[in-house]
Amino acid sequence: MALTTAPVDMSYAEAAALAVQREMEADPKVVVIGEDVGRGGIFGQYKGLQQRFGDQRVIDTPISEAAIMGAGVGMALAGLRPVVEMRVVDFALCGMDELVNQAAKNRFMFGGQGRVPLVARMPGGIWDASAAQHSQSLEAWFAHMPGLVVVCPSTPQDNHALLRAAMQCGDPVVYIEHKALWGLREPVDETVTIPLGQAARLREGTALTLVSWGKQVHACAEACAALADQGIAIDLIDLRTLWPWDRETVLESCGRTQRLLVVHEAVQAAGFGAEIAATAAEATGCRIARLGAPRIPVGYAAVLEAQSRVGAEAISAAARRLVD
Amino acid sequence: MDSHFPDPGRALALYRTMARIRAFENAAEIASQGGVSAYGQQATGSVRVRGPLHLSTGQEAVPAGVCVHLKPADYLTSTHRGHGHTLAKGADLRRMMAELFGKATGFNGGKGGSMHIADFSVGMLGANGVVAAGLPIAVGAAHAQKLQKKDAITVCFFGDGAINRGPFLESLNWAQVYGLPVLFVCEDNRWSATTASGPMTAGDGASARAEALGIAATQVDGNDVFAVHAAAARLVDTVRSGSGPRLLHALTYRVKGHVSVDPAAYRDPAELAAALDTDPIARARAACLRAGIAAAALDGTDADAHAEVEAALVAAAEAPWPDAAAAFTDVQTTGAGQWH
Repeated sequence: MALTTAPVDMSYAEAAALAVQREMEADPKVVVIGEDVGRGGIFGQYKGLQQRFGDQRVIDTPISEAAIMGAGVGMALAGLRPVVEMRVVDFALCGMDELVNQAAKNRFMFGGQGRVPLVARMPGGIWDASAAQHSQSLEAWFAHMPGLVVVCPSTPQDNHALLRAAMQCGDPVVYIEHKALWGLREPVDETVTIPLGQAARLREGTALTLVSWGKQVHACAEACAALADQGIAIDLIDLRTLWPWDRETVLESCGRTQRLLVVHEAVQAAGFGAEIAATAAEATGCRIARLGAPRIPVGYAAVLEAQSRVGAEAISAAARRLVD
Repeated sequence: MDSHFPDPGRALALYRTMARIRAFENAAEIASQGGVSAYGQQATGSVRVRGPLHLSTGQEAVPAGVCVHLKPADYLTSTHRGHGHTLAKGADLRRMMAELFGKATGFNGGKGGSMHIADFSVGMLGANGVVAAGLPIAVGAAHAQKLQKKDAITVCFFGDGAINRGPFLESLNWAQVYGLPVLFVCEDNRWSATTASGPMTAGDGASARAEALGIAATQVDGNDVFAVHAAAARLVDTVRSGSGPRLLHALTYRVKGHVSVDPAAYRDPAELAAALDTDPIARARAACLRAGIAAAALDGTDADAHAEVEAALVAAAEAPWPDAAAAFTDVQTTGAGQWH
């Protein structure tokens, strides 16, 4: 695909594959390692890359998450810039020591002698009928960890721009695409750049600040549209990067609206929403509410799975309670 | 003449490496237990080395015999018991001691200490606080060397306890699948923290597990530095020639407890006594004497090592502490400082 300034309609997965392609073209040090990446990845997010760059740069691996993540650390220390595919966030737990104890700490504990510029891609969130081990939202775990950058893109345009930014970052980035967004399509402008740590204000309003990220942003947008019809104008912020998170944008908004609702797909208890809520309360004294999943594993049957979903109606109801 | 005995110059170099490691470990041990006065320095009365200190006393022959074959461009990953590996790879002894003291002049600026001793400038990519964690990092570094067509290899030290963790299997499989230039060195000191490894390990240990994956393994008396030296010479050459990974299984013994404050009372005293009879430095010394090397040369080497370590202790004691603000640097660039 030729570089063009004209936006091209593409899916969230295609936007990601194009981002990796562009970074691989720009820097021969970029390599991809992971299970099934040669066939394009299980969601098509690496489609065509092995054909284009060969199996020495888009490297199929054994099912060895600890070795994939740990080898990524070793490759990065040896001068490469690996994209490390974890298949789904749930499986990334098998490489947790390599991510949390090794990648995240390396630069600090060796006094800056080493750098680990790797991107650990780990699709997250509820994947229909995939039950408790294929549907988790674990972003708060990683945001808790000094040394890690955490990114959760919600749109094809953001996925393209943020993945490129992540691949240009000198430190390890946990990059959580949502499993249910791969097919989402929109025009993507390749020339758009988005720095890590910068949120997007999707709607402007004065009644309430609504903060979310990932797929849940779309449910929030739906709720905002419904509330606008009832005369409630909401400031909707897509956080995009969880660490470092855009405190300026969020706190400025909370200062104006004096009401904050944080919505995430992850379990509400000890979720990242608590961090945002506490920070906003300390800084602005605003009224706050959180909305996330109950603290249950995601169930298989539709009626059980639905208990973990935070939909637009629940968001609208929570917003109305806060405004009233 | 011992069958593995090298030329006298090389023999003395190996002896010197072991003497420096032993002197370093003895000094670090004392400095972790209330002062450095027993090492000849003026009494300080204070603990200079904080936290867990994992000593490699008695295991000196393995890093000495292996690392003498390595170049600065070769990578090394290590364990929590990594002082000997680091010294043998060529790291500056003074900066190592300063790091153990937590001083700003240490390799990591006081941010890592003993468990994270490292000198990237000589390819030593770090000791590690997690058993077996160095294995996948090593295969990644070796993978990068192969992709970048570098004339360099990676040596990965790990203990016998590490072979019971998953990353051992994953990393050996990975190295063999991609034919990587990595030499795995199992430093088999018979103890997994405070538990004997034997009863905790099914099958025939590191060599057997490597061979099950098609990786040729060589067992060696890890307390005979000249035997380690000879075996490692062959294996390093083989790995460097592009023949894929190899494993060296070095049988040695952990003379000290798991950490410096551990008296290892769980151990049969007879076992320790037997091990001390095969002390690698005493054996090397005897072999050198048999080969006609003058006792004075060996004594001089010992004295030099002692003096070098003592100077390092003094320098470390006098070196400045890191600035408190350093706690917030090298965390991550995106958001560092502003977001802590």
